Amino acid sequence: MASGVKPRVKAPSSATAGEVVTIKTLISHKMESGQRKDSSGNVIPRSIINRFTCDYNGENVIDVKMEPAISTNPYFEFEAKIPETGEFKFTWYDDDGDVYEDSKAVTVG
Amino acid sequence: MEFTRRETLAMGAGAALLTVLPFRANAASVDELINEFTGGAAVADSGVDLIAPEIAENGNTVPIEVAAEGASAIMVLAAGNPTPPVATFNFGPRAGSHAASTRIRLAGTQDVIAVARLADGSYARTSKTVKVTIGGCGG
Repeated sequence: MASGVKPRVKAPSSATAGEVVTIKTLISHKMESGQRKDSSGNVIPRSIINRFTCDYNGENVIDVKMEPAISTNPYFEFEAKIPETGEFKFTWYDDDGDVYEDSKAVTVG
Repeated sequence: MEFTRRETLAMGAGAALLTVLPFRANAASVDELINEFTGGAAVADSGVDLIAPEIAENGNTVPIEVAAEGASAIMVLAAGNPTPPVATFNFGPRAGSHAASTRIRLAGTQDVIAVARLADGSYARTSKTVKVTIGGCGG
């Protein structure tokens, strides 16, 4: 697994029913593109996160297919509709088969 | 070694062709990628927004934002990158708006293209030229 991978998510902890909230996600990952060469001229093999998904109570909010052209420490900002109390589930899929997860609970008050 | 005028001209033409070819190859694959995404359907020129800086100082992190009213998917391509695909955003039933922003790598000054699959099944595209001061490929 790539070392030091840490997901960070910013989402509100409470919302009104039907509110559209902004979600910001950042995950630390070197996102090696497979284009760079090391000091002796060998190509550094590709190692990226190739997919990111966000679900709310099991229903999909966004599903992003990522390519090597996504920057180091992939950042995404998007909006989600909150119909009821529940939980966001964020999942990142690494090239090497690792899956990084994070979740955030939202209370509708 | 002596060169005749004819040989020199031929060599010049060959060299010019070699420098042009990689760009040609990329341009062709951009069209292929769009065709693959749309299934060969016609692509309209309006209906999708792409926000990108006019000048990006650092090609390693160029902030972009795509938005298309009611889109089910938006594909982003960088025509001048060694591998043109950047990302494909698929919006689910809980999406609050059909927009997303992220940061991308650009190898140099080039066009960034966004193609969206709209709610009625039609397709729209837009492109924006981004000037890159320092390329983001670690070349």
